[in-house]
Amino acid sequence: MSVGLSQERLDAKAKVTGRCRFTGDLALPGTRIAKYLHSNIAHGRVVDIDTTEALAMTGVEAVFTFADIPRIPFATAGHAFNLDPAARDKEDRLLLTDYVRYHGDEIAIVVAVDGLTASKALKKIKVTYKEYPALLNHEQALDTAAMELHKGSANQVGEHSYQCGDVPAAVASADISLKGQFQTQMVQHCHMENHIAWAYMDDTDHIVIMSSTQIPHICRRIVSQALDIPMSTIQVIKPAIGGGFGNKQDVVLEPMVAFLTKKLGGVPVMLELTREECLSSTRIRHPFRVNVECAVNNDGTLKALAMDVSSNTGGYASHGHSIAKAAGSKVVPLYPNAALSYQAVTHYSNLPSAGAMRGYGSPQLVYAVESIMEEAARKIGMDSLDFRLKNVAQTGDTNPLTGKVIESAGIRECLIKGRETFGWDQKKQEHQAFKSGNIRRGLGLACFSYGSGTYPASVEIAGARMILNQDGRVTVQIGATEIGQGSDTVIAQMASERLGIPVSAIRVVSTQDTDTTPFDPGSFASRQTYIVCQAVAETGDLLRQRILEHASTMLELPVEQLTISEDAVFNGDKTVRLSLNELALDAYYHKTRGQQLTAEVSRKVTTSAYSYGCTLVEVEVDIKLCQLSILGIRNIHDSGKIINPDLAAGQVYGGVGMGISGALSEELLADPETGWIYNNNLLDYKIATMMDSPDISCDFVETHEPTAAFGNKSLGEPPLLSVAPAIRNAILDATGVAMNQLPMSPKALFNAFRDAELI
Amino acid sequence: MFPIDQYHRANSIEQACHLLAENPGSKLIAGGTDVLIRLREGKSGFGSLVDIHDLDELTGITHTPDGMLQVGSGVTFTRLINFLKSDGLLPALVEGASSIGGPQVRNMATLGGNICNGAPSGDSAAPLLVFDARVTLQSQRGKREVPVEEFYAGPGKVHLEEDEIVTQFSINPESHQNTGSHFYKYAMRKAMDIATIGCAAACKLEDNRIESLRLAYTVAAPVPKRCRVLEEQVIGQPVSRKLIADIASMVLEELSPRNSWRASKDFREHIIRTLADRVVSEAIIRAGGQL
Repeated sequence: MSVGLSQERLDAKAKVTGRCRFTGDLALPGTRIAKYLHSNIAHGRVVDIDTTEALAMTGVEAVFTFADIPRIPFATAGHAFNLDPAARDKEDRLLLTDYVRYHGDEIAIVVAVDGLTASKALKKIKVTYKEYPALLNHEQALDTAAMELHKGSANQVGEHSYQCGDVPAAVASADISLKGQFQTQMVQHCHMENHIAWAYMDDTDHIVIMSSTQIPHICRRIVSQALDIPMSTIQVIKPAIGGGFGNKQDVVLEPMVAFLTKKLGGVPVMLELTREECLSSTRIRHPFRVNVECAVNNDGTLKALAMDVSSNTGGYASHGHSIAKAAGSKVVPLYPNAALSYQAVTHYSNLPSAGAMRGYGSPQLVYAVESIMEEAARKIGMDSLDFRLKNVAQTGDTNPLTGKVIESAGIRECLIKGRETFGWDQKKQEHQAFKSGNIRRGLGLACFSYGSGTYPASVEIAGARMILNQDGRVTVQIGATEIGQGSDTVIAQMASERLGIPVSAIRVVSTQDTDTTPFDPGSFASRQTYIVCQAVAETGDLLRQRILEHASTMLELPVEQLTISEDAVFNGDKTVRLSLNELALDAYYHKTRGQQLTAEVSRKVTTSAYSYGCTLVEVEVDIKLCQLSILGIRNIHDSGKIINPDLAAGQVYGGVGMGISGALSEELLADPETGWIYNNNLLDYKIATMMDSPDISCDFVETHEPTAAFGNKSLGEPPLLSVAPAIRNAILDATGVAMNQLPMSPKALFNAFRDAELI
Repeated sequence: MFPIDQYHRANSIEQACHLLAENPGSKLIAGGTDVLIRLREGKSGFGSLVDIHDLDELTGITHTPDGMLQVGSGVTFTRLINFLKSDGLLPALVEGASSIGGPQVRNMATLGGNICNGAPSGDSAAPLLVFDARVTLQSQRGKREVPVEEFYAGPGKVHLEEDEIVTQFSINPESHQNTGSHFYKYAMRKAMDIATIGCAAACKLEDNRIESLRLAYTVAAPVPKRCRVLEEQVIGQPVSRKLIADIASMVLEELSPRNSWRASKDFREHIIRTLADRVVSEAIIRAGGQL
């Protein structure tokens, strides 16, 4: 039995001893280095590009520009293919461009014998631009007179709306209603390992791509489309990854390295982005502008929420409108009994391209919704926690958007547990002494709901294969990708649970290889544990059955009398023992009976499960210094059954830390006139350091989700969703100042405190 | 890979001076925490290096019985912090040095490098200014000594000739004995950050009156700057909340913070005033004053 125990990560020792091999560690001798030439303007056209001098340099093997690449527009978003053409992602990218859509756009590429030579060659390329005015926000991009960044788009990527219940009527009949506008910023994933990929050819028509990707199988499909070559001639291999947070749920480098090796006769070519390139020329989080209206009755009943979102996807669509769409659907299961309306538009702009990032639109929307909820609680004079208790979902409620019953909802229990373990009421009392003077204290709270996987927006499919090795141990292959979150470990625990053998006898192959790995779209949407568990459980059952059948043959006992425990098969009273090692040798090598014992299952999942949780935070504000300290922060989660408590807590610490950093300091800054990116480096992009991270604590409320094999729900993205609004609400509680724009940095606090005449 | 065209290792100060004279346009490299960043960025002017890191002659710290303090330019911040802390010396410099980068940076970065890069934000600069530190320079032409305050020439510029090397910083006994001092780095992060404003104060009291106050800021002018006029005006004044408020209201007259995308002028001005209050108050309290 392993599910529910804090099994040590399978890769822990390999990672801390440095034996784990990442994409860059695996380069072949003679690997050439490629480097992009990025535009140094945000909007314009390349009218002339002279590569002569660069090409003449010793060590430079090739320089390619827009003139040299295939004219096949492709979509980069790492979604599973959609059979409905209308539901597919926007095909708006080429390998290189002569139309510059953001500062950092890719206009040429150099291939050289080493990185230094490539960097020097970039400086020799002479580019002449014709500059256009930069379109940076909703008004500029959607102005009818604005230039189209992509022909025929009117600068709009998508729009949609939904209505659950009669919102206007609910607002009209409510005791009070209030409105607010909230704006979120550009933030970036800052995964530790930058984007890197390299490719070579091992035959006249076969390309091998090694990449730090969350989505090997999808990557292969997109490369095939971008280069117009058959999918089976491409092999994508994903070794160990140093983080992704969604930024590697996008095909960023792979089509280019495949193109380059093909052009250069199959020699290995590597693209490894610098931190600066990663910050502004891969993907970022979509900035949202959210207008929200909230209607409540004086008794604390939430009557209606009306949300209006404008999402800025930057120069290229990438995940585009899917972000605003997902965010809109995932907020419904939190307050399913109120009337809800949502409308959203996603537009292009001359900012860096926005894609998938942990939370996928929800952090932005939850910030707005949970901020207006706080305002509503204050307006009716009700404790914020009591107000939530009165309105959140309960098991058995119906999700009005899907019409399906919510099978498990532990948000009430999360709030009750949080109130007690965080000391909410006691702190509230103590804070009365900190509501004037320079040092103020406040409490904040925010809730969230989230999905598990992408169904019904997208197909959900997962595959697992298990092989009984000759030594009686089991090798597990899955299509799901370990990207640092610990999925390999929980998959081993699930396999152990079903097979009856310990995790120490299970090897999970961490590398995905599209030539051999079962199909799975990859790591995103907090889907791994929930979606993969079905395939893993069934595969485990199948292999267990085959092992027992072979044991039955060997022992001449009926299968029903046999069980697997630890490293052997036993009969009912344990008087007969057959080691798995002996059994395996027999199955492989007996001259007449048996076979290699394997099992493989590919399974589609046609459900989603809602996970819930909340953040409780206590802050102290030094008004004059415009500085905020987090005195305590606690997340309480309902993620169903917790497969591995230590790994789950790790997810929460990481997510809350990321949430705090995004709430208080991170901001990719663009010049408001030109779109020039000021701070694509980690000195000026203020991601929090360990010194800035407070102690984070967490709790779990373990509900049982009947649609999952082990009762489990999502946890990868949820921990950061409610952090920013909780902090915002705590600042409001401490100072009376509402921070309706992110980040809530000292600079922003200075302006807000000055406007409020606190300083 | 770095674009280094020429590299020489010096084994003594004399040899370093010789190498600098022989190879005009060369840059010194000690801890490398600034130079390697410039090289990575492909900045010109760093292709020829003279390496002086860990040179014995540059890594000494002496504190004579009479209170004279001499710190070699090649002393790393980690060593400097440990030395000063164990002897209970120069709290403002300990605080300034401790605010630099992170542990790994402080293990490599040197006091000489932090001053010679000329940054208006150098975290050791304001403490050195309030302790009236002097810098010793050497070349084949001879030795000279100037106050650190005068060593700064402009943003990113110091009065260091191409053939010269900074060998030592010295602080006189009267500049730090019987003195209360404090430094505060106001930044967006608690580590690995550039100061938005840095402020150091050193204060001597007599009968709860100001005998001397030295106040310096970083990022508040093109170079790290002492508030000389204010310092003169407060001599002899009794310590009080009113005095602190006066200091905070006067301090901007000698400073000229920039308006930039990193921080607006009015924000920096507000922080300068607020830090004048906080940092001077703490220095006074550490000098034994009553507020």
